[in-house]
Amino acid sequence: MEGVVAAEPGNGFAGRSRPAEGVRAYGLIVAMWLRSTMAYRASFVMTAVGNFVATGFDFVAIMLMFTHVDVLGGYTLPEVALLYGTSATAFGLADLVLGSMDRLGRRVRDGTLDTLLVRPVPVLAQVAADRFALRRLGRITQGLLVLGYALLVLDVQWTPLKVAMLPMTVLSGAAVFGAVFVVGAAFQFYAQDASEVQNAFTYGGTTLLQYPPSVFAKDLVRGVTFVVPLAFVSWLPALYVLGRDYPLDLPRWVAFLPPLVAVGCWVIAGLAWRVGLRAYRSTGS
Amino acid sequence: MDDMDFIELDGVEKVFDVRRRTGFMRRERRQVRAVDGISFRVPRGEMVGYIGPNGAGKSTTIKMLTGILTPSGGRLRVAGIDPSRERTRLAHRIGVVFGQRTTLWWDLPLRDSYRLMHRMYRIPDSRFRENMDRCVELLDLGALLEVPVRQLSLGQRMRGDIAAALLHDPEVLYLDEPTIGLDVVSKAKVRGFLRDLNAERSTTVLLTTHDLTDIEQLCKRVMVIDHGRLMYDGALAGLHEVGESERTLVVDLERELPPIELGSEPSVRVVKVEGPRQWLAFPAATSAAPLVARIAADYPLVDLSVREPDIESVIAKMYASDSAA
Amino acid sequence: MRLYAVVAAGGFRRYATYRVATLAGVFTNTVFGFIMAYTYIALWDERPHLGGYDMSQALTYVWLGQALLMTCAMMGGGFEDELMERIRTGDIAVDLYRPADLQLWWMAGDLGRAAFHLLGRGIVPMVLGAMAFDLALPGSPWTWLAFLVSVALGVVVSFAVRFLVALSAFWLMDGAGAMQIAWLAGLFFSGMLLPLNLFPGVLGDVARVLPWSSLLQVPADVFLGTYAGWDLAGAYAFQAGWAVALLLAGRLLQSVATRRVVVQGG
Repeated sequence: MEGVVAAEPGNGFAGRSRPAEGVRAYGLIVAMWLRSTMAYRASFVMTAVGNFVATGFDFVAIMLMFTHVDVLGGYTLPEVALLYGTSATAFGLADLVLGSMDRLGRRVRDGTLDTLLVRPVPVLAQVAADRFALRRLGRITQGLLVLGYALLVLDVQWTPLKVAMLPMTVLSGAAVFGAVFVVGAAFQFYAQDASEVQNAFTYGGTTLLQYPPSVFAKDLVRGVTFVVPLAFVSWLPALYVLGRDYPLDLPRWVAFLPPLVAVGCWVIAGLAWRVGLRAYRSTGS
Repeated sequence: MDDMDFIELDGVEKVFDVRRRTGFMRRERRQVRAVDGISFRVPRGEMVGYIGPNGAGKSTTIKMLTGILTPSGGRLRVAGIDPSRERTRLAHRIGVVFGQRTTLWWDLPLRDSYRLMHRMYRIPDSRFRENMDRCVELLDLGALLEVPVRQLSLGQRMRGDIAAALLHDPEVLYLDEPTIGLDVVSKAKVRGFLRDLNAERSTTVLLTTHDLTDIEQLCKRVMVIDHGRLMYDGALAGLHEVGESERTLVVDLERELPPIELGSEPSVRVVKVEGPRQWLAFPAATSAAPLVARIAADYPLVDLSVREPDIESVIAKMYASDSAA
Repeated sequence: MRLYAVVAAGGFRRYATYRVATLAGVFTNTVFGFIMAYTYIALWDERPHLGGYDMSQALTYVWLGQALLMTCAMMGGGFEDELMERIRTGDIAVDLYRPADLQLWWMAGDLGRAAFHLLGRGIVPMVLGAMAFDLALPGSPWTWLAFLVSVALGVVVSFAVRFLVALSAFWLMDGAGAMQIAWLAGLFFSGMLLPLNLFPGVLGDVARVLPWSSLLQVPADVFLGTYAGWDLAGAYAFQAGWAVALLLAGRLLQSVATRRVVVQGG
């Protein structure tokens, strides 16, 4: 038996589930990138601060708007800050965890996707963890700061339910954005150069959610509520907390749906990914 | 488990739909049969060469064997596993070296890639250390471990890739153009390493290459593929026979004479005459001895030498005869 | 001179081949255009003559912004990544020994790219915006021409800034960080997020003087007819002044870098 490993490798490999394997692989790869990032600590701090400042400009623009007006679409600055804070934090989280997915098109183009298919771990995990950028904490930080400001200044009737809704909103929102990232990546199996389409939904979505829904045309609001359910990321739950009415006629309990919506989005994202990967393995690069 | 071959291909096909723009809005579709019904068996521990011209289907075959591509037809099994269905399960048991792309992480030091593979492949610690030490020593990687992969030269990166492919003790190693772009010294190192690997660990090796010296030095069996079909599958020596290759007898006579004629040997012919030196071509399969004896008997022979045909011309002839057919 | 014309044409053609990417970009520009348009409607509903614009002028500003976003490469996407990569790998040494001037070479290519992006990604969103909203389009063809001149100057200023930042790769370990800061500052100070006229007090004064206002604010005001007669010349002078200053700074940096490369051998 010297040198020849004829039996099944590892310990009981066949027993593990795919998602668990994926998460483990994701963790391993991220750990490697983190180690590398922290080796150049000064550079990391600079880029994180840069990320913070750059993403913070969006709120600076909103603050500048409010130097001219007291309400925007009927909402005051602290109310807008709540909307901004929840969506920015949610998006920042999704961007941190899955933001690298939009590099898939590039990998398909230069054939380096094949290298991933040769490894004993799910491809999705490898693509997602590739070039993990800790500097994206900058966006999360500024989102949390704005959210903190909103919570301090807002005059809201806090109930335990409303308090619990905040973390639920941010996490579900992150999951929804994450699903959008995965669908966007799956789309790149089909059209490698179309990574910008995804931006319209991710960055466009965040920008949209910074403002109150009353600002936008009814059709657009319908679109982001029923078609691409971004409204569940921050608008619906936040409006419940604020005690405000949604432009569309929907029952109040809809505000509690984000976790379900997130699960639904991930089911679709998972399907899209599998279809895309299967097509790639059929046609090659 | 051992009564079946390690690699089994039966009538494997891979068909691609290729779309081309022929005008402003028009497009034509045609099917390209990259692999057109290939069958072969590779038993465990064999080192096989897989050669053919560009676009013959070599890389496509490797991609199907490793699970990157799914076959359009036929049956393909590696260690009894269907690569397209159980990719990750098989991945633990195979190692791949792509000549033109690296499996290492580009921006990070070599050591980081290995550390990650240690965990990713769940290699037992002691086994990993052993294999690392061995690879570092035999492939001369000691000084390179802290260097980011993108700063390595091609030869260094290739050695790094080979080590990466072997850390988890794979049962089979696929090498897709491993010596491309390497200098002579590096090539020799890599070849020696592969030879030892196959000898000591019975690792099955499938090697695609354009460098026929690789084949000559490493493989006893060679498969020639062209236009998606297997043209030849057998011993390296037999390749000459099939290719109807000829050896050359270079004869130095005492003085300039008209071309040698041996009436009883119609398959021998003079190819070139330069003063007292004449080049005679004869079938590679036959022995040179009787021929030499005949010439020595009938002609004033001063010196002679026998030249083997190079595989290049053998293969070229094979490709040419196929495309002409 | 003809060499640079060829380089410019090459730049145009190169980006023109990315058909899918261009379409995707048009889609994204349109989506953002709509989002910002609604936001501005809400804002101008509250304060109808904010910043000296009426509602339709404000909306026109939005669509001009989307058109000029890629043209002035406010979010990257131009030559800077390539140049920085060449500096990082050392290939730049080859470029420096060529008979063509480095700065002019890249500028020619960038102008070609800008021309394509203006046509390819600027026109369609603008048309869609005009169909959906009531925009303040200029009546006189001279205004359109004046606008194009202003855009051209803006592109040169944008190039000069990006060139300077790209050259920083000679000295900085991680040029990507510097580039990101530069283009996000550029995004903010060009007026993409909010017209500079709305910036209050000192911030507004400073913002209007910085080079980035040449990228969007100035051409937009030309388009909307804010500048007439000598004011227009003033606007051009502002843009041209920054262009010249930044280009000269770029040349200075370039010669320092060249000497460094030659001495150190790449």
